[in-house]
Amino acid sequence: MENYLSLFETYNVPAAFWVNIQLSFWAAIWALAIGTVLALFRISPIPSLQLFGAAYVNIFRNTPLTIILAFGFLGLFSVMQISLASDLNISLFRIAIVGLSLYHAAFVCEAIRSGVNTVPLGQAEAARAIGLSFLPAARLIILPQAFRGAIAPLGNVLIALIKNSTVAAAGSVATESSGLMKTMIEFRSDLVIPIFLTFALGFVILVIPIGLLTTWASRKLAVAR
Amino acid sequence: MRTTRYAAAAVAALAALTLSACGGGDSAESEGGDAGGETVRIGIKFDQPGLGYDEGGSYSGFDVDVAKYVAGELGYTEKQIKFVEAPSANRENLLSNNQVDMIFATYSITDTRKETVDFAGPYFVAGQDLLVPTDSDITGPEDLEGKNLCSVTGSTSAQKIKDQYPGVQLVEQPGYAECVTAMGGGQIDAVTTDDIILAGLAAQEANAGKFKVVGNTFSEENYGVGLPKGSDKCEDINAAITKMIDDGAWEEAITKNTEGADYTYNAELNPPTPAPCA
Repeated sequence: MENYLSLFETYNVPAAFWVNIQLSFWAAIWALAIGTVLALFRISPIPSLQLFGAAYVNIFRNTPLTIILAFGFLGLFSVMQISLASDLNISLFRIAIVGLSLYHAAFVCEAIRSGVNTVPLGQAEAARAIGLSFLPAARLIILPQAFRGAIAPLGNVLIALIKNSTVAAAGSVATESSGLMKTMIEFRSDLVIPIFLTFALGFVILVIPIGLLTTWASRKLAVAR
Repeated sequence: MRTTRYAAAAVAALAALTLSACGGGDSAESEGGDAGGETVRIGIKFDQPGLGYDEGGSYSGFDVDVAKYVAGELGYTEKQIKFVEAPSANRENLLSNNQVDMIFATYSITDTRKETVDFAGPYFVAGQDLLVPTDSDITGPEDLEGKNLCSVTGSTSAQKIKDQYPGVQLVEQPGYAECVTAMGGGQIDAVTTDDIILAGLAAQEANAGKFKVVGNTFSEENYGVGLPKGSDKCEDINAAITKMIDDGAWEEAITKNTEGADYTYNAELNPPTPAPCA
């Protein structure tokens, strides 16, 4: 037990989880923005935009996240020499956020689209009947109801995003928790199982409140029909 | 109806037979140990060129050559060796769960590891070094201030840089192959880990002539043979390693596996004398 507690003096476990929270926070904001635009494309009356939205979702949803993030490092950083900050590690951190956002935007788009399906067709017809064109109808009538119906699936995407943020190690963000876990296993091979359980528990603690919150919010905010 | 029932019974019996056959195979293997019809399961790296490398079913590298020699001395033919992948983070578990009989996988002998596993050897003394492009003027870790250095996430080499050379911009990647690819792209100035691993990378066909090992080691890593705690094979393995060094096969194995890398091992520390068994 003393052995185990000494781990926390040598290694800063909360700091590693904080990196995951930061990654998830920025990626969630960007993914929500990109995903909403994609969902608009997919429900828009313009065929080329529909096609773009569908193509994006199918390409990014079906590409392993590890490959997207490894491409961020090997492709964007090493070969194309793209830099998002003057400091190397901040630059790699931002490239990882870009990768996480692009990937999860596909899932956000589908979650919002499932929310749109909960809005009765009559709402869209009524919006059109009072003279609203596509964008105002989407902004004022469809999307507000769609978001309220999509809270549970969006919560699932957020939970997946938090856990997937460990894949950022493939994009060279080594300060996050799975990177620290590797370091700890390398130096403290006598405590492999406790180390694993510590990190598993850390993610459970992070994720459970989000699950509870989204379940509560989806009930509270559901449109009563 | 009756035929269906018979058919079902037959299928069940067949399934039971097949399953028990599998079980039998497993138990025969896990007993391992003494030679004569048994196989020996050896853990190696599958992804480190020049040390332990999976070339589509056949394995090459210095670790593999030492493993084959030692297994031969213990009385196993090459056909009785079963190579198992032993990634760094799994090595202790593979040994303590008795999933492998011994491990030759760039396995440094440390006091923490000795608490859970036994070691024979060392059979090689490596040292942390730098791999740089051939035209680079970096000659040691002192030249790295402000440069971009790449190593593997969570490795001893990465930690050493963080502790001792905080001015270096360290990039951590899942594997050395990614580091070397990034260095080929020009964004990374040097890759660091044990010298023999770097030599193996530099000797790869795709990298021939592009990179050089600096040859200025700044740590000492004793590569040992990992054994389950309480193993009785340590003495025999040490004798085999000594024999391999004495009859020249050791030297030959290093030369063969680092060919084309312009690499010479640290002659002050190599070849090592195996440490007495605990």
